Amino acid sequence: MTTQMFGAPIRRREDPRLVTGGGRYLDDLGRGALAAAFVRSPHAHAKVVDIDVTDALDVDGLVAIYTHEDLPGRVGEPLPLLIPHPTLTHGRTQYALAKDEVNHVGEPVVMVVARDRYLAEDACARIRVDYQPLPPVVGLEAARTGDLLVHEDVPGNVAAHMLQEVGDVEAALAASPHVLDLDLAIERSACMPLEGKGVYARWDADRDELRIYSSTQTSTGVRAAVAAKLGMPLAKVECIAPDVGGGFGVKINHPWPEEVLVPWVAKTLGTEVKWVEDRREHFISSAHERGQLQQVRVGFDDDGRLLALDVRFWHDNGAYTPYGIIVPIITSTQLLGPYKPGAYRCEFWSLYTNTVLVTPYRGAGRPQGCFAMERTMDAIADELGLDRTEVRARNFILPADMPYDHGLLFQDGRPLKYDSGDFPATLEKLKALVGWDDFAQYRMEAEAAGRRVGLGIGCYVEGTGVGPYEGGHIQVETSGRVNVSTGLTSQGQGHETAFAQVVAQELGVPIEDVFVTTGDTRRMPYAVGTFASRAAVMSGNAIALAARQVRAKALRIAADALEVAADDLEIVDGVVRVKGAPDTQMSLGTVSVMSNPLRYAFDEAAQAATQFAHGNDPDRPPVAEDDEPGLEGRDFYSPTQATFANGMHAAIVETDPVTAEIRILRYCVVHDCGPMINPMIVEGQVHGGVAQGVGGALYERMVYDESGQLLNASFMDFLMPYASEVPHIETDHLETPSPLNPLGIKGAGEAGCIPVSAVIASAISDAEGFAITSMPISPVELWELRRRHEAGEIPSLRNHDATTRKPR
Amino acid sequence: MKPAPFVHHAPRTVEEAVEVLARVGHDGKVLAGGQSLIPILNMRLASPAHLVDVNAVSGLDDLTVTADAVRVGALVRHARLEHDQVVYGASPLLRRVVRHVAHPVIRNRGTTVGSIVHADPAGEMPAVLALTGGVVEVASARGAREIPCHDFFLGPMETALEPDELAVGVRFPLFGATTGTAFAERARRHGDYALAGVAAAVAVEDGVVSSARLSFVSVTDVPGILDVTEACRGQAPGEIDWSACDDLVREHLAPEDDIHATAEYRAMLATQLAHLVLAEAATDAVAAQGDSAA
Ligand SMILES: Cc1cc2nc3c(=O)[nH]c(=O)nc-3n(C[C@H](O)[C@H](O)[C@H](O)COP(=O)(O)OP(=O)(O)OC[C@H]3O[C@@H](n4cnc5c(N)ncnc54)[C@H](O)[C@@H]3O)c2cc1C
Repeated sequence: MTTQMFGAPIRRREDPRLVTGGGRYLDDLGRGALAAAFVRSPHAHAKVVDIDVTDALDVDGLVAIYTHEDLPGRVGEPLPLLIPHPTLTHGRTQYALAKDEVNHVGEPVVMVVARDRYLAEDACARIRVDYQPLPPVVGLEAARTGDLLVHEDVPGNVAAHMLQEVGDVEAALAASPHVLDLDLAIERSACMPLEGKGVYARWDADRDELRIYSSTQTSTGVRAAVAAKLGMPLAKVECIAPDVGGGFGVKINHPWPEEVLVPWVAKTLGTEVKWVEDRREHFISSAHERGQLQQVRVGFDDDGRLLALDVRFWHDNGAYTPYGIIVPIITSTQLLGPYKPGAYRCEFWSLYTNTVLVTPYRGAGRPQGCFAMERTMDAIADELGLDRTEVRARNFILPADMPYDHGLLFQDGRPLKYDSGDFPATLEKLKALVGWDDFAQYRMEAEAAGRRVGLGIGCYVEGTGVGPYEGGHIQVETSGRVNVSTGLTSQGQGHETAFAQVVAQELGVPIEDVFVTTGDTRRMPYAVGTFASRAAVMSGNAIALAARQVRAKALRIAADALEVAADDLEIVDGVVRVKGAPDTQMSLGTVSVMSNPLRYAFDEAAQAATQFAHGNDPDRPPVAEDDEPGLEGRDFYSPTQATFANGMHAAIVETDPVTAEIRILRYCVVHDCGPMINPMIVEGQVHGGVAQGVGGALYERMVYDESGQLLNASFMDFLMPYASEVPHIETDHLETPSPLNPLGIKGAGEAGCIPVSAVIASAISDAEGFAITSMPISPVELWELRRRHEAGEIPSLRNHDATTRKPR
Repeated sequence: MKPAPFVHHAPRTVEEAVEVLARVGHDGKVLAGGQSLIPILNMRLASPAHLVDVNAVSGLDDLTVTADAVRVGALVRHARLEHDQVVYGASPLLRRVVRHVAHPVIRNRGTTVGSIVHADPAGEMPAVLALTGGVVEVASARGAREIPCHDFFLGPMETALEPDELAVGVRFPLFGATTGTAFAERARRHGDYALAGVAAAVAVEDGVVSSARLSFVSVTDVPGILDVTEACRGQAPGEIDWSACDDLVREHLAPEDDIHATAEYRAMLATQLAHLVLAEAATDAVAAQGDSAA
């Protein structure tokens, strides 16, 4: 038997290369290329009055300087608004180089090209831009009042206003025995891939062709966007994502200004040009996420069952909306988690501010939604004096309810309809893992020793694997080597391993023979990109379908050659053989030769194939009319809707009674993404997600001052957690298959980070005895909250979780 | 994130180095481990026209323990100070503190002398130099001199070193056998600059405290000594209520608000840590005497 590959926790095949310096990232390419650098706005909001480049002209090695007025045609027009939406009534995008106005610190104004980056920066330093500063809008409170405007023609700073309602919320609230109000806030953070963005473009003057390398999450998207901007035929533009050192969402937005400008200038100058983003640039001119203010009104019965959920929130979309309003739409829909909300109304305003724009960051609006819902669940439990897990369980959608249609539209414009999941089972596993019922005892002992501890929980459902489609192409060479290609890109997810496992399993070949290429438009021109936990679901299934085609063709050819029925054949370890008579066999390589009737015998495999040739039938063409040469398969997977993964996390935290320092003692995850292609990779994704979640919960924030300067735009002051801050993560899994796709799988990429802020807030509230309503939280903030609590400004929890306090 | 142009000088001897500094020091910077200077250059927060790279200068990497001091040459990396057993035997405090300076990779490159010359009020090593009453040894084309630490630190990132001068080493005097030491700090993340840190030296003679001194990290402008003996003199270590020192401590501190913590929080942390390290240092003193008696 071929080793079972699907589900095997094998080590990632790309890691030896990546961890020994063998990776080739954007900056490893194009050593001889000219370098681009940018003069960026030092103001959050200003008119550009004048640009004087005179002093820069005598910098040695300078090649060219460009401002907006130098940009021809569509290059000088605003960047595309990628995802329009009817409620996005006032979408705005930036110019690749600012035209008359800048709307955040870091917006590019002038591009300099020079022999190397140092010289380009020297020239930048000598360019004088005259600005007429305008009053900036910083923070959601300022944006919401609408006194000052980011864009003159956008009243109230409202980019989008959206409302979805299922049932009659007012009536349901009026009829609810209990009603609670919550005011919540989440601050900004950011993806922070260790490799920033970067683009390297080569103009081939002999062929009038442009090759672009970009550190992107969508090479097909960049290719199409650049071709459109430059007015070039698609056939003359190719785009390749090399090794990419992390994306987490920020590299799915495209084209970034630099992704248009660098290819354009390479074409204009007829040469090769490169730009690699530095850390400060990444902080002030890429994208952030998460910032929201939320108001929740919830009505429930005496048992804690939801009757009405009324949510309003204000979403900070930064200065522009190139990626539409995907993030707040996800918040407003995924907020519901595993629960039946009763009547549900969600209204949001997506607001402009003079800060870095906001595009999806791992979780993409879900961490905020989960925070709102889970804080609400804890509040209900406290109000009624019930165990927090009991309140959740009473509101769960049950396995028998699947598929469960919420009656809302999801981010892909399709119904929000859960396909699978067993939430009660997930909760039971989590309670067992963390020892939920034993915590009261643990707490009693800790408190006797003068320690303060708390237990928190958070549940979520994640729509993963959104369409429209991905493709897979598989070709078997005469050597037996299996080339696999899919168009979406990789940023470290382990695609070279997971996709190879799918092919090895489906085709019956040794994994060593399988070679996976991603993100190269020369190999697979049809693709969408890597985001929304979609790679395994979309490309995994497309590749499986393509492999099934190859398998069917291999069996057909071999059956013909071996003169047996295809049904009697199997493929094991790359060899097609007769079931029960394994000596009657031929290798897949030989099948590959036979599939491609050449005139010439190049090698032994080709000669070997001749023994199976049954003489030429003069009445039949060498390649049958309904056939193609080659042992190849290409297929696409395009689902009708997203598939929904879920998970639940619990944490035990300790807070220092004096200094308010916060330590995570235990962090437990139960996760259900259906059958796992590679459990080790899934766990790695979960660990990485939790690490980012811990960052968002306890360490990271974007500290803007009132003038719109980002005060912590470096790794010195933006506190990404180190390994020393990330707790040991305990995991357990359920594998509830999705009925929607051939492999039954659901996405896992974002899961880890979604509930972390909710879980930590829950645990700290439990430790402290008052509700935490704003995240992230630092020791000094907790310390201040304690003082306000002691002064009576913050109410105590009513029941301080009666059940996790009293030992059973 | 790319430095402005500069001329790189790579002297081989102290004489050459000070000769170059005499010429370009006013418009130049000494480059030692680069762990503070390089980020500053990369962000163009400073653009000196000359870098005098002392990494190849011979004779600057001596780490020696004498009868009364640990002497650290200008090219001794933090990591070497941390791991040297002889140094640890003579002054356990140095290892205890230097472990809080950044992370191993930075300690492999950054120098202790560079740290002291950089004079960041958030740096640990300046505070130890202050607590031990240390001295900075300086060379220049004009001659050699020694600057005691209380004259050396003038303000945040400001020292008595002249632009043409090279710090060739520092001496951390050793405490007597009756003195114990301790250090503690709190940072947002492991290895970060501290929100507050405190070093203590407590002498115990005949079973009672005879002297108690503190120095602070991140909560004063300039590292200096706070003598809290008056709050605990003559008391047995196990019976002392260290909060008697709080008023002295608060008066000594000059914490500031920043994006990581408020001044008030830092002051609270510093007083709490002071209790902790005073108690530990007193215990250390008693233990050391127990050891030597045994
Ligand atoms: C991520 C990170 C975290 C850090 N965390 C901490 C921390 O927690 N605590 C801490 O104390 N430090 C920390 N540091 C700084 C580190 O300790 C530096 O090593 C130290 O501050 C400077 O030593 P250096 O040899 O690298 O000096 P350089 O960076 O080379 O020089 C620093 C300054 O001192 C001058 N200088 C250096 N040597 C001499 C000399 N012999 N004579 C005259 N002038 C000289 C230079 O001209 C320059 O102005 C951190 C650094 C980094 C990058």
